[in-house]
Amino acid sequence: MKEEKIRVLVAKPGLDGHDRGAKVIARALRDAGFEVIYTGLHQTTEMIVNAAIEEDVHVVGLSILSGAHNALVPDVIKGVKKAGAKDVLFLVGGIIPDEDIAPLKKIGVHMIYTPGASLEEVISYIRKNAPKRKIA
Amino acid sequence: MASGDFKTAYGEWKKKLGLHEEKHPPIRRRFSTVSDLEIPQALYTPEEIKDLDYLRDLGFPGEFPYTRGVQTNMYRGKLWTMRQFSGFGTAEDTNKRYKMLLASGQAGLSVAFHMPTLMGYDSDSPQSKGEVGKCGVAVDTLADMETLFDGIPLDEITTSMTINSPAPMLLAMYVAVAEKKGVPREKIRGTLQNDILKEYIAQKEWIYPPKPSMRLVADTLEFCTKELPNWNTISISGYHIREAGATAVQELAFTIADGIAYVQAGIERGLDVDDFAPRLSYFWDVHNDFFEEIAKFRAGRRMWAHIMRDRFKAKNPKSWMLRTHAQTAGVSLTAQQPMNNISRVTIQALAAVLGGTNSLHTNSMDETLALPTEQAVMVALRTQQIIAEESGVANVIDPLGCSYFVEWLTNKVEKEASAYIDRIDQLGGMLAAIEKGFPQAEIANAAYHFQRQLETKDKVMVGVNRYQQEEKSRSIDVLYIDKTAEQRQCARIADIKKKRNTSKVETSLIALDRAARGSENTMPFLVECVKNYCTVQEMCDVLRKVFGQYRDPGMY
Repeated sequence: MKEEKIRVLVAKPGLDGHDRGAKVIARALRDAGFEVIYTGLHQTTEMIVNAAIEEDVHVVGLSILSGAHNALVPDVIKGVKKAGAKDVLFLVGGIIPDEDIAPLKKIGVHMIYTPGASLEEVISYIRKNAPKRKIA
Repeated sequence: MASGDFKTAYGEWKKKLGLHEEKHPPIRRRFSTVSDLEIPQALYTPEEIKDLDYLRDLGFPGEFPYTRGVQTNMYRGKLWTMRQFSGFGTAEDTNKRYKMLLASGQAGLSVAFHMPTLMGYDSDSPQSKGEVGKCGVAVDTLADMETLFDGIPLDEITTSMTINSPAPMLLAMYVAVAEKKGVPREKIRGTLQNDILKEYIAQKEWIYPPKPSMRLVADTLEFCTKELPNWNTISISGYHIREAGATAVQELAFTIADGIAYVQAGIERGLDVDDFAPRLSYFWDVHNDFFEEIAKFRAGRRMWAHIMRDRFKAKNPKSWMLRTHAQTAGVSLTAQQPMNNISRVTIQALAAVLGGTNSLHTNSMDETLALPTEQAVMVALRTQQIIAEESGVANVIDPLGCSYFVEWLTNKVEKEASAYIDRIDQLGGMLAAIEKGFPQAEIANAAYHFQRQLETKDKVMVGVNRYQQEEKSRSIDVLYIDKTAEQRQCARIADIKKKRNTSKVETSLIALDRAARGSENTMPFLVECVKNYCTVQEMCDVLRKVFGQYRDPGMY
């Protein structure tokens, strides 16, 4: 039985304009064979939830370097789950202080990447952990 | 020595080098700068710069083409301005930091605004959730600006404001605060970043589409030229372009191409080039690759001098001079082993000084983790003071001038950057190039290339992809923004909105709307708005309705 190609939503919530990392990751994931949807900048959490549901993605990756992660990440996770998507893998990348990592993981973030993380780490984590969905 | 002797000797040495390298091959197959600009030779000699004409290509300091510096006696006359960029929490919190910095020997202030102000939203707006006071100081109304500069003499210090899309509003606030303190407009000195083009290219803090944004830039240019003779109107910024992933050559080329677009905009507004060009300044990033950076600073001055004199026919030598601020490269710092960042910042700051910068911000060691602590900021400022007072490098003007390698590299960087500028001219100038996505795509490619080089270890970041060590816990303290900042700031806006004269607010916003729809200069209308305590968002919203909003094309 064939499996669906993994779809990854790379999203930039809030007002933060630092998109170097998000764009590099988006391109690396595309080159690694995933289907990538990049939202562009300045997305509200609601826009990101809608995109995740509409595109029926396997993975949601949020990139935040402004310090607003504690306010924004929970809204996205809650929104996606509330809309009925149960098996989505949530990743966060950016400037995330150590103290905030455990609380974010507790509310459902699967993995957090801070400065210095390699592209290969992210790619292999997604390969291993993204939900497997069979083509109906 | 006769030149024939030199050629023979050089030829023999090269043979010897070849034989030596057969037995002891170089440690890398290819040597290149951090920007991956190839350095083909191990040694540079008079041969590689044999076409250099001293007077034509270098000149004397303070003289065309300013390769060796814009001032006649450079740091012997005046050290560069040590200007640490800072802002966090509320105006009250930041005012305290400013007083500490001024007391520690810093000569000028540099305001970091928080994300909502940069994007034209108020702290109590839904878009601002979680962002208040995080990346800078919250400024919503004139009241915040009054608190920010409380007890600071605006006729004695210079202030740089990193603000772009809402630059006209914040400039209006600064003018109003100065007036309230009794400082006349012609006396206030400072710099407005006001460089909107690099927002579309790199920093991405835009509100309106490029064309109406350029009209606002021209409004500020015209207003300052007529009313604020000591104000630097645009800080044409390579910093953000570089941080977004550009190479040194791209930073130089795209920034100067932006400068060309602003000069054109001023001329199209009917200003005489020599009336406003002397008040344009530049802002470079300064990365780890020591000589590449020095070459970039030197090449930039030479390029701008020629562009202003030959292309725009400026006659005032002040219009030809590229004066610059510099900041060490945030992107070069590592969260791993953060104390190592002090060494990186030192190397970078030294390059900026040897490159002849006029003003400098040194980053703090903890900036990949959070906004800097007071202690980290102090180490960064002291790094500049050590370079200035102890290292001896400020004794002599452009001490690396005429170094065979530095001159070769300066030529190389200039040649490659000029080729980019030609290409942008062919695309119809920077505005058209941005609309086509050209600089954005070039930068994204360079950023991806660098990341790939890190993965293959072709480029090394100490502590990240080599010399890593297990770090059990973070070895340095980190600044936490007071969690009450958002609440305090929202309460403050509510209070101001209650106290201000509502009908004056409405009348001044209607007048702004009318000016924006027509062709009048919006600046005097904005000054009126801020004096009536209109909020940043109220003013920006008026213009959003007139100009529309820009959306990220989302290219990657």
